[in-house]
Amino acid sequence: MSDHHHKETFITKYVFSTDHKMISKQYLITGIFMGVIGVFMSMLFRLQIAWPDTSFSLVEAFLGRHQDGGVMSPDIYLAIVTIHGTIMVFFVLTAGLSGTFSNLLIPLQIGARDMASGFLNMVSYWLFFLSSVIMVSSLFVEAGPASAGWTIYPPLSALPQAIPGSGLGMTLWLISMAIFIASSLLGALNYIVTVLNLRTIGMKMTRLPLTIWAFFVTAIIGVVSFPVLLSAALLLIFDRSFGTSFYLSDIFIQGEVLHYQGGSPVLFEHLFWFLGHPEVYIVILPAMGIVSEVIACNSRKPIFGYRAMIGSILAIAFLSTVVWGHHMFVSGMNPFLGSVFTFTTLLIAIPSAVKAFNWITTMWKGNLQMNPAMLFSIGFVSTFISGGLTGLVLGDSALDINVHDTYFVVAHFHLVMGVSAIYGMFAGVYHWFPKMYGRMMNKVLGYWHFWITVVAAYGVFFPMHFVGLAGLPRRYYANTAFPLFDDVADVNIVITLFAILGGAAQIIFLTNFFISIYKGKKATQNPWKANTLEWTTPIEHVHGNWPGEIPAVHRWPYDYSKPGHEEDYVSQITPLYEGEEES
Amino acid sequence: MTALLYILLAIVIGIAIWQIISIFNLKGVIATEKDNNTQGILFAFFGIFFYGLMIFSFWKYSVILLPESASLEGARIENLYIVTMGIILFVQAVTQFLLFYFAFKYRGIKGRKALFYADSHKLEMIWTIVPAVVLAGLVLYGLSVWNDVMDASDAENPLIVEVYAKQFQWEARYAGSDNELGRANVRNIKGINTMGVDMTDKNSIDDIPTRELHLPKGRQVIFKFRSQDVLHSAYMPHFRAQMNCVPGMVTQFSFTPSMTTTEMRANEKTMAKVAGINKIRVEKGEDPYEFDYLLLCNKICGASHYNMQMKIIVEEEAAFNSWLSTQKSIAQVVQEEN
Repeated sequence: MSDHHHKETFITKYVFSTDHKMISKQYLITGIFMGVIGVFMSMLFRLQIAWPDTSFSLVEAFLGRHQDGGVMSPDIYLAIVTIHGTIMVFFVLTAGLSGTFSNLLIPLQIGARDMASGFLNMVSYWLFFLSSVIMVSSLFVEAGPASAGWTIYPPLSALPQAIPGSGLGMTLWLISMAIFIASSLLGALNYIVTVLNLRTIGMKMTRLPLTIWAFFVTAIIGVVSFPVLLSAALLLIFDRSFGTSFYLSDIFIQGEVLHYQGGSPVLFEHLFWFLGHPEVYIVILPAMGIVSEVIACNSRKPIFGYRAMIGSILAIAFLSTVVWGHHMFVSGMNPFLGSVFTFTTLLIAIPSAVKAFNWITTMWKGNLQMNPAMLFSIGFVSTFISGGLTGLVLGDSALDINVHDTYFVVAHFHLVMGVSAIYGMFAGVYHWFPKMYGRMMNKVLGYWHFWITVVAAYGVFFPMHFVGLAGLPRRYYANTAFPLFDDVADVNIVITLFAILGGAAQIIFLTNFFISIYKGKKATQNPWKANTLEWTTPIEHVHGNWPGEIPAVHRWPYDYSKPGHEEDYVSQITPLYEGEEES
Repeated sequence: MTALLYILLAIVIGIAIWQIISIFNLKGVIATEKDNNTQGILFAFFGIFFYGLMIFSFWKYSVILLPESASLEGARIENLYIVTMGIILFVQAVTQFLLFYFAFKYRGIKGRKALFYADSHKLEMIWTIVPAVVLAGLVLYGLSVWNDVMDASDAENPLIVEVYAKQFQWEARYAGSDNELGRANVRNIKGINTMGVDMTDKNSIDDIPTRELHLPKGRQVIFKFRSQDVLHSAYMPHFRAQMNCVPGMVTQFSFTPSMTTTEMRANEKTMAKVAGINKIRVEKGEDPYEFDYLLLCNKICGASHYNMQMKIIVEEEAAFNSWLSTQKSIAQVVQEEN
C-alpha cells in the first residue's frame, strides 16, 4: 500500500499529478482565476447599467472594437452577461467549489489513500483546464463570445443572423461545455466510487462528515443530470451545423424564410433545465456540507440533527430533479404541468427549512469561535434564508408570471445560490487552507474580507428585488428607452457602487490567499481542534495521506463538547471509553 | 457620480494596501477570545444594519413599485403576493434575528463548554410539519389562482387578439367581426403582410393588423402569441401578465382589463410614481412623462432587446369599438399595396 516511496518528477508532482491533494489545489487555482474573470465582467456590465451613456476608460481599455468611445455595444453587453453567468455557475461554483473540496476532502475524511482512480481524476482536471482555456479563448473571437444568455435558448443561440455571438463564439461555448461535462462526469463517478468503496475501517455511512454526504450526493445529481445537458448541446450543434430541426421551426429572419420545420425551443428548455435546476443544487450542496462542518466545529457543538441533515440532503437531491419546469411557467408549456411543478418546487422549501433551523440550533448555546470560516458560514445561512424565501414567490406559478425574468429573479438566485455558494467556498478555503498549503491564512484580512463582502452583497441584492418588482426585465442593455423606469436609475447606481465595493473586497482575499501560501504562519496539525480524519494526517503532504496504517474510526465526527471528555473535541479515531455511548 | 465612484475605489484600494502591509506584522491566524468578542458584537451591529437596510428599502423604494393591478386576474395574483410576502417577511425577520442574536450571544469565551445537544425529534418535527402545513396552504391558494388565470375556456364573448413578435418590434392583429383569427405562417410573409397571414383563409379577410394595442375595459381578452424569429416574451407588468412568444407555436394568455388608461393615470400610486419620474426628468432637462400601459419584451432576443415595446391603451368598450372600426382590415391593406 505504501506507494509514497516512488520517485516523482516536477511534471508528475505539479502538472500531471494523480494525487488528489494536488489536483484539488489545481482546481482551486483555476477556479479562482476564472472567478476573477467572472467578477470583473460583472463590474463592466454594472457600470453600463448604472451609467448607460457614460464613457469609461476601463471599458475602452478592455473591450476594444466592442465599444465606442468608452461605451460598450449592446451585443457585447449581452455577451459579457452570458459569459459572467457561464463562468460563475460552471467554472467557479461547480468545478472550482466541488472540484476543489471533493478532491481534497473525500479521501482525507473517509480515510483513503487517494481517489479510486487517480488517473481519471487527473484526466478530469485537465479536461476542465482545457474547457476553461476554450471558454476564455472565445472572448477573443472577432464577433464576440456567446451572447444568448447563459441558458443559451435557441433560436437566438442557433442563428448568427439573430446575434453575432451565435457564430464562432457559440461554437466554442458548446465545445467548451461538452468537454466540461466530460470532466465533471469523470470527477463525479470517481467521487461516488471512492465514497462507496474506500472508507476506512469503522467509517460507516452514518459516521461520514456532512461534507462527504454533500459531495457524494452532489456527484450523484451530476451523473444523473449533466448527460442531459450534453445531449441538449449536441442537438443544438446539429441544428446549428447540420441543418436539423430539433429546436427550430417556422423562422423568418432578415428577409428570409429558413428551412427549419417542426422543432421546438420548448424542448431545449426542458432538456436545459433538467440539468439547469439540479445544477443549482450541485452548486449549493457542497457549500451546505462545508458550512455544516465549519459551524459545528466552530460552535464547538455537534451538528444539530445529523440524520435529519442527511435526510434533507437526500430529499433536496431527489426533489431537485423534478422541479425544472418552474423555470418554464410562461414558456407556453401546458398550465397543468405548471401546477405539478409548483407543487414539487414548494416541497423543496421543507428540507431547506430543516437545514436552516438545524444550523441555527447548532449555534444555540455554543461557544462560537469567530474564525473567518465561521463568519462566512454564518453569512451563508443568512443569505441562504434571504434568497431562499423569495423562492416561495418564484416557485409559485401564479406569482411567477409577473416577476419571471425580472431583476427579482436575479436578486433571488444570486443570494440563494451565487453569494451563498461563494460564501461556502470562502469558508472552505479559510478552514482547509492549512490542510492544503501547510500554512495559515491571516485572520485580520479574513475579517475585513468578510465584513466588506457581506455588507456589499446585501447592498447589491436587497435593493435589486425592488428593481424587479418595479417590472424591470433582466438583460436590458439600458433602461433609458422607458421613461417608466427612470426612477429605477438611482437604485441601479446604488447597486453598482456596492458591487464595486464587493468586487474590490476580493482583492483582500486574493492577497491573503497568495501571500499566505508562501508567507503564512506555519500550521499546526489540527489548528481548529476538529474531529475529522484529515487533521490526523501529517502537515507535509505525503502520497497516500497517512505515512503508516490508515487509522480506524470509532465514532461519528461531531463529538464536540461531549460530556465525559477533557477536551471539547474528540477525534473520530479515539475509541469509545468503557461505557461511553456513541451519539 | 463618476467622481464619487473613483473616490470609493481609491478608499477601498487604500484599505487593501494598508491591510496588505499589515499582514507582515500581524501573524494572528486563529480567533482569540478578544476576536470572538469583537466579531460577535459586529454581528449584533450587522443585524441592526440588516433590519435597517430592509426597512429603508421598503420605505424608500416602495414608490418605484408597480401600481395596483389593472386587470381582474392580476388583482387575485396581487392578493396571493401579499399573503406570500407576509409569510416571507415574518420568517425572514425571525430567523435572521435568531441567527445574528446567537452569533452575538454565544460568542466564544475561554473555558466555557458548549452544550452537547445533538438531536431533538420534537423540535425537528416542529420545523418539518409547520413549514409543510404553511406550504400546503400556499400551494392550494397558489394553484387556485393559477388555474383561474390560465384557464380561459369559460370566457364569455372574449376579444381575440394576436400579438406578434419579431426582432425588435411588436405587432398585433384583431380577429375582426367573426372573432376568429385567420391562419398564419412565416412562409406567407410578403410585403405589407408582415405577420404572414394566410390570405386564402376566409377567417383572415376581416382580421385587423395594428401597431398599437387597444383593449376594452371589462371584457376578457384572449391573447394569441407568435414569434417569427427567436424567443420573445410579451410582458405586460401592469396587468400582471406574461407569456413567451415561441417560433413555431402559438401560445396563449388572457386577462380582463379593469382600469382604463385615464383611470390609471388618476390613480394615487401612479401619480406618486409619475411625479417621482418627472422630478428626475426635469433635473435632466427631459420632456415630462405621461403614464401609459406598456407591452415589453422580457426574453433576451438580441441587440435591441432593451427597446422592444408597444403602447397599450385601455378604454371604455364604446371608445374601443369606435377605434377598431376606423382600422383597416388586412384584406384592405394588402389590396391597397397591390
